[in-house]
Amino acid sequence: MDIEKLQRMDFVPHTKALGVRIVEMGEGVAVLCLPYSDHLVGDPDTGIIHGGAITALLDNASGTAVHTTMKTMTSIATLDLRIDYMRPATPQRPVFARAECFRKTSNIAFVRGSAYHDSPDDPIATTIATFVLSSNQSRKVFAAGGEDR
Amino acid sequence: MARMHSLTQLRSTSTNEQLQLLLDSIPYVRFLGVKARRQGDELSFVLEYSEQLVGNPRLPALHGGAIGAFLETASLVQLLWESGSTSLPKTINFQIEYLRSGRAEDTFARARVQKQGRRVAYVTVEAWQSERARPIASGAGNFLMPVED
Repeated sequence: MDIEKLQRMDFVPHTKALGVRIVEMGEGVAVLCLPYSDHLVGDPDTGIIHGGAITALLDNASGTAVHTTMKTMTSIATLDLRIDYMRPATPQRPVFARAECFRKTSNIAFVRGSAYHDSPDDPIATTIATFVLSSNQSRKVFAAGGEDR
Repeated sequence: MARMHSLTQLRSTSTNEQLQLLLDSIPYVRFLGVKARRQGDELSFVLEYSEQLVGNPRLPALHGGAIGAFLETASLVQLLWESGSTSLPKTINFQIEYLRSGRAEDTFARARVQKQGRRVAYVTVEAWQSERARPIASGAGNFLMPVED
Protein backbone atom coordinates (compact mmCIF):
# COMPACT_ATOMS: atom_id res chain seq x y z
CA MET A 1 0.00 0.00 0.00
CA ASP A 2 1.42 3.34 -1.06
CA ILE A 3 0.06 5.84 1.45
CA GLU A 4 1.60 8.86 -0.21
CA LYS A 5 -0.03 7.98 -3.50
CA LEU A 6 -3.36 7.54 -1.80
CA GLN A 7 -3.20 10.75 0.22
CA ARG A 8 -2.50 12.80 -2.87
CA MET A 9 -6.15 13.02 -3.74
CA ASP A 10 -5.52 16.12 -5.84
CA PHE A 11 -5.04 13.89 -8.87
CA VAL A 12 -8.78 13.18 -8.87
CA PRO A 13 -10.37 16.34 -10.29
CA HIS A 14 -13.79 15.83 -8.67
CA THR A 15 -12.30 15.17 -5.25
CA LYS A 16 -10.15 18.25 -5.59
CA ALA A 17 -13.17 20.35 -6.64
CA LEU A 18 -15.11 19.17 -3.59
CA GLY A 19 -12.14 19.84 -1.28
CA VAL A 20 -12.04 16.29 0.12
CA ARG A 21 -8.88 15.17 1.93
CA ILE A 22 -7.76 12.04 3.72
CA VAL A 23 -7.50 12.34 7.50
CA GLU A 24 -6.60 8.82 8.53
CA MET A 25 -6.03 5.37 7.04
CA GLY A 26 -5.58 1.92 8.47
CA GLU A 27 -6.04 -1.64 7.30
CA GLY A 28 -9.52 -1.63 5.75
CA VAL A 29 -10.42 1.74 7.25
CA ALA A 30 -10.35 5.30 5.92
CA VAL A 31 -11.43 8.63 7.39
CA LEU A 32 -11.94 11.55 5.01
CA CYS A 33 -12.90 15.18 5.60
CA LEU A 34 -15.11 17.47 3.53
CA PRO A 35 -14.59 21.08 4.69
CA TYR A 36 -17.67 23.31 4.58
CA SER A 37 -17.86 25.40 1.45
CA ASP A 38 -20.51 27.64 -0.11
CA HIS A 39 -20.57 25.73 -3.40
CA LEU A 40 -21.68 22.57 -1.58
CA VAL A 41 -24.90 24.12 -0.25
CA GLY A 42 -28.14 22.33 -1.12
CA ASP A 43 -30.54 24.66 0.65
CA PRO A 44 -29.57 28.33 0.36
CA ASP A 45 -32.07 29.35 3.07
CA THR A 46 -30.38 27.26 5.74
CA GLY A 47 -26.87 26.79 4.33
CA ILE A 48 -27.14 23.02 4.77
CA ILE A 49 -24.91 21.13 2.35
CA HIS A 50 -26.44 18.99 -0.40
CA GLY A 51 -26.91 15.27 0.16
CA GLY A 52 -25.08 14.62 -3.10
CA ALA A 53 -21.88 16.05 -1.63
CA ILE A 54 -22.22 13.65 1.32
CA THR A 55 -22.77 10.78 -1.13
CA ALA A 56 -19.62 11.72 -3.03
CA LEU A 57 -17.66 11.95 0.24
CA LEU A 58 -18.83 8.52 1.43
CA ASP A 59 -18.22 6.97 -2.01
CA ASN A 60 -14.66 8.27 -1.81
CA ALA A 61 -14.14 7.10 1.75
CA SER A 62 -15.49 3.65 0.87
CA GLY A 63 -13.24 3.28 -2.17
CA THR A 64 -10.25 4.45 -0.14
CA ALA A 65 -11.05 1.88 2.57
CA VAL A 66 -10.95 -0.86 -0.08
CA HIS A 67 -7.64 0.46 -1.41
CA THR A 68 -6.03 0.19 2.02
CA THR A 69 -6.52 -3.59 1.85
CA MET A 70 -4.60 -3.91 -1.41
CA LYS A 71 -0.92 -4.38 -1.99
CA THR A 72 -0.86 -2.40 -5.21
CA MET A 73 -2.92 0.49 -6.59
CA THR A 74 -5.51 -1.63 -8.33
CA SER A 75 -8.49 -0.07 -10.02
CA ILE A 76 -11.82 -0.78 -8.36
CA ALA A 77 -15.34 0.11 -9.45
CA THR A 78 -18.34 1.04 -7.33
CA LEU A 79 -21.02 -1.52 -8.09
CA ASP A 80 -23.69 0.01 -5.92
CA LEU A 81 -24.11 2.36 -3.04
CA ARG A 82 -27.04 2.93 -0.74
CA ILE A 83 -27.23 5.97 1.49
CA ASP A 84 -29.57 6.64 4.41
CA TYR A 85 -29.88 10.22 5.58
CA MET A 86 -30.36 10.45 9.35
CA ARG A 87 -30.23 14.19 9.90
CA PRO A 88 -29.02 17.33 8.13
CA ALA A 89 -25.41 18.41 8.42
CA THR A 90 -24.77 21.53 10.50
CA PRO A 91 -23.85 24.54 8.33
CA GLN A 92 -20.27 25.85 8.55
CA ARG A 93 -18.97 22.60 10.07
CA PRO A 94 -16.72 20.10 8.26
CA VAL A 95 -18.19 16.67 7.59
CA PHE A 96 -16.09 13.56 8.23
CA ALA A 97 -16.64 10.16 6.69
CA ARG A 98 -15.38 6.90 8.13
CA ALA A 99 -15.59 3.81 5.95
CA GLU A 100 -14.74 0.23 6.81
CA CYS A 101 -14.21 -2.60 4.35
CA PHE A 102 -15.64 -5.39 6.49
CA ARG A 103 -15.56 -8.21 3.97
CA LYS A 104 -13.61 -8.96 0.82
CA THR A 105 -13.92 -11.89 -1.54
CA SER A 106 -11.72 -12.46 -4.59
CA ASN A 107 -14.03 -10.27 -6.70
CA ILE A 108 -16.14 -8.11 -4.42
CA ALA A 109 -15.53 -5.82 -1.44
CA PHE A 110 -18.28 -4.88 1.03
CA VAL A 111 -17.99 -1.53 2.77
CA ARG A 112 -20.02 0.39 5.34
CA GLY A 113 -19.61 4.07 5.97
CA SER A 114 -20.79 6.85 8.23
CA ALA A 115 -20.74 10.63 7.72
CA TYR A 116 -20.63 12.72 10.90
CA HIS A 117 -19.41 15.86 12.66
CA ASP A 118 -18.19 14.53 16.01
CA SER A 119 -18.59 10.75 16.10
CA PRO A 120 -19.37 7.99 13.59
CA ASP A 121 -21.91 6.77 16.16
CA ASP A 122 -23.93 9.97 15.70
CA PRO A 123 -24.28 9.87 11.92
CA ILE A 124 -25.57 12.44 9.45
CA ALA A 125 -25.81 9.60 6.95
CA THR A 126 -24.74 5.97 6.62
CA THR A 127 -23.87 3.98 3.51
CA ILE A 128 -23.44 0.42 2.45
CA ALA A 129 -21.51 -0.07 -0.78
CA THR A 130 -20.05 -2.88 -2.85
CA PHE A 131 -17.05 -2.66 -5.14
CA VAL A 132 -15.81 -4.86 -7.95
CA LEU A 133 -12.13 -5.60 -7.62
CA SER A 134 -9.97 -5.95 -10.68
CA SER A 135 -6.36 -5.96 -11.66
CA ASN A 136 -4.79 -3.15 -13.63
CA GLN A 137 -4.47 -5.56 -16.53
CA SER A 138 -8.21 -5.69 -16.89
CA ARG A 139 -8.95 -2.89 -19.30
CA LYS A 140 -12.67 -3.06 -18.98
CA VAL A 141 -13.15 -2.07 -15.37
CA PHE A 142 -13.12 1.59 -14.40
CA ALA A 143 -12.81 3.50 -11.16
CA ALA A 144 -16.17 5.22 -11.30
CA GLY A 145 -18.92 3.37 -12.97
CA GLY A 146 -18.87 -0.37 -13.15
CA GLU A 147 -17.94 -2.85 -15.78
CA ASP A 148 -18.45 -1.92 -19.39
CA ARG A 149 -19.98 -4.96 -20.92
CA MET B 1 -38.58 28.49 1.76
CA ALA B 2 -39.43 31.74 0.10
CA ARG B 3 -37.78 31.01 -3.21
CA MET B 4 -40.22 28.21 -3.94
CA HIS B 5 -43.38 30.28 -3.62
CA SER B 6 -43.14 31.73 -7.09
CA LEU B 7 -42.78 28.18 -8.33
CA THR B 8 -45.88 26.77 -6.69
CA GLN B 9 -47.39 26.42 -10.12
CA LEU B 10 -44.22 24.80 -11.36
CA ARG B 11 -45.84 22.12 -13.44
CA SER B 12 -48.50 24.10 -15.23
CA THR B 13 -46.93 27.46 -15.83
CA SER B 14 -43.18 27.33 -15.53
CA THR B 15 -40.91 27.99 -18.44
CA ASN B 16 -37.53 26.40 -19.00
CA GLU B 17 -36.00 29.63 -17.69
CA GLN B 18 -37.95 29.41 -14.40
CA LEU B 19 -37.04 25.78 -14.05
CA GLN B 20 -33.38 26.56 -14.56
CA LEU B 21 -33.61 29.46 -12.09
CA LEU B 22 -34.84 26.98 -9.49
CA LEU B 23 -31.91 24.64 -10.17
CA ASP B 24 -29.40 27.49 -10.21
CA SER B 25 -30.68 28.71 -6.83
CA ILE B 26 -29.12 25.58 -5.33
CA PRO B 27 -25.34 26.21 -5.21
CA TYR B 28 -24.30 22.53 -5.32
CA VAL B 29 -26.54 21.85 -8.33
CA ARG B 30 -25.03 24.84 -10.12
CA PHE B 31 -21.53 23.60 -9.20
CA LEU B 32 -22.28 20.19 -10.74
CA GLY B 33 -23.71 21.81 -13.87
CA VAL B 34 -27.18 20.24 -13.91
CA LYS B 35 -29.64 21.59 -16.48
CA ALA B 36 -33.34 20.77 -16.75
CA ARG B 37 -35.54 21.00 -19.80
CA ARG B 38 -39.28 20.75 -20.08
CA GLN B 39 -40.48 18.70 -23.01
CA GLY B 40 -44.25 18.65 -23.10
CA ASP B 41 -45.32 17.21 -19.77
CA GLU B 42 -41.92 15.61 -19.13
CA LEU B 43 -38.68 16.82 -17.66
CA SER B 44 -35.28 15.82 -18.90
CA PHE B 45 -32.04 16.50 -17.09
CA VAL B 46 -28.50 17.05 -18.34
CA LEU B 47 -25.26 16.84 -16.39
CA GLU B 48 -23.02 19.01 -18.56
CA TYR B 49 -19.52 17.60 -18.81
CA SER B 50 -16.76 19.52 -17.10
CA GLU B 51 -13.28 18.47 -16.06
CA GLN B 52 -14.10 18.82 -12.35
CA LEU B 53 -16.58 15.89 -12.59
CA VAL B 54 -13.80 13.46 -13.43
CA GLY B 55 -13.04 10.71 -10.93
CA ASN B 56 -10.49 8.80 -12.96
CA PRO B 57 -8.31 11.06 -15.10
CA ARG B 58 -6.55 8.15 -16.82
CA LEU B 59 -9.61 6.97 -18.73
CA PRO B 60 -11.11 9.58 -18.18
CA ALA B 61 -14.32 8.60 -16.35
CA LEU B 62 -16.88 10.57 -14.37
CA HIS B 63 -16.75 10.31 -10.58
CA GLY B 64 -19.36 7.97 -9.10
CA GLY B 65 -20.22 10.59 -6.51
CA ALA B 66 -21.02 13.15 -9.20
CA ILE B 67 -23.24 10.64 -11.02
CA GLY B 68 -25.00 9.80 -7.76
CA ALA B 69 -25.58 13.45 -6.93
CA PHE B 70 -26.98 14.01 -10.43
CA LEU B 71 -29.42 11.09 -10.06
CA GLU B 72 -30.56 12.32 -6.66
CA THR B 73 -31.03 15.88 -7.90
CA ALA B 74 -33.04 14.74 -10.92
CA SER B 75 -35.29 12.63 -8.65
CA LEU B 76 -35.85 15.50 -6.26
CA VAL B 77 -36.69 18.05 -8.95
CA GLN B 78 -39.00 15.60 -10.72
CA LEU B 79 -40.83 15.05 -7.44
CA LEU B 80 -41.05 18.76 -6.75
CA TRP B 81 -42.44 19.29 -10.24
CA GLU B 82 -45.09 16.60 -9.96
CA SER B 83 -46.14 17.16 -6.38
CA GLY B 84 -46.61 20.92 -6.66
CA SER B 85 -44.96 21.17 -3.27
CA THR B 86 -43.73 24.61 -2.26
CA SER B 87 -40.64 23.38 -0.48
CA LEU B 88 -38.07 20.70 -1.19
CA PRO B 89 -38.80 17.11 -0.14
CA LYS B 90 -36.05 15.47 1.93
CA THR B 91 -34.15 12.39 0.84
CA ILE B 92 -34.69 9.51 3.27
CA ASN B 93 -32.51 7.08 1.36
CA PHE B 94 -31.14 6.62 -2.11
CA GLN B 95 -29.59 3.66 -3.90
CA ILE B 96 -27.35 3.89 -6.93
CA GLU B 97 -26.43 1.06 -9.29
CA TYR B 98 -23.37 1.80 -11.41
CA LEU B 99 -23.85 -0.02 -14.70
CA ARG B 100 -21.19 1.34 -17.03
CA SER B 101 -18.40 3.86 -16.79
CA GLY B 102 -19.40 7.46 -17.36
CA ARG B 103 -17.32 8.87 -20.19
CA ALA B 104 -16.09 12.46 -20.40
CA GLU B 105 -19.25 13.77 -22.06
CA ASP B 106 -22.74 15.04 -21.23
CA THR B 107 -25.00 12.70 -19.25
CA PHE B 108 -28.79 12.66 -19.46
CA ALA B 109 -31.44 11.53 -17.00
CA ARG B 110 -35.15 10.91 -16.71
CA ALA B 111 -36.86 10.34 -13.37
CA ARG B 112 -40.23 8.84 -12.58
CA VAL B 113 -42.33 9.25 -9.46
CA GLN B 114 -43.53 5.68 -8.89
CA LYS B 115 -45.56 6.42 -5.83
CA GLN B 116 -46.51 9.59 -4.07
CA GLY B 117 -48.15 9.40 -0.69
CA ARG B 118 -48.90 12.19 1.74
CA ARG B 119 -45.73 11.54 3.72
CA VAL B 120 -43.42 9.53 1.51
CA ALA B 121 -42.69 9.33 -2.21
CA TYR B 122 -40.67 6.77 -4.16
CA VAL B 123 -38.78 7.86 -7.27
CA THR B 124 -36.68 5.93 -9.80
CA VAL B 125 -34.21 7.47 -12.22
CA GLU B 126 -31.97 6.40 -15.07
CA ALA B 127 -28.92 8.08 -16.60
CA TRP B 128 -27.35 7.49 -19.99
CA GLN B 129 -24.91 9.08 -22.42
CA SER B 130 -24.83 8.41 -26.15
CA GLU B 131 -27.33 5.54 -26.08
CA ARG B 132 -30.50 5.63 -24.05
CA ALA B 133 -30.72 1.83 -24.21
CA ARG B 134 -27.34 1.54 -22.47
CA PRO B 135 -27.77 3.35 -19.14
CA ILE B 136 -24.62 4.19 -17.16
CA ALA B 137 -26.44 4.23 -13.83
CA SER B 138 -29.85 3.83 -12.26
CA GLY B 139 -31.12 5.11 -8.96
CA ALA B 140 -34.09 4.78 -6.63
CA GLY B 141 -35.00 6.54 -3.44
CA ASN B 142 -37.59 7.36 -0.82
CA PHE B 143 -38.34 10.99 -0.09
CA LEU B 144 -40.12 12.64 2.83
CA MET B 145 -42.75 15.13 1.62
CA PRO B 146 -42.73 18.51 3.35
CA VAL B 147 -45.66 19.35 5.61
CA GLU B 148 -47.80 21.93 3.80
CA ASP B 149 -49.50 24.64 5.88
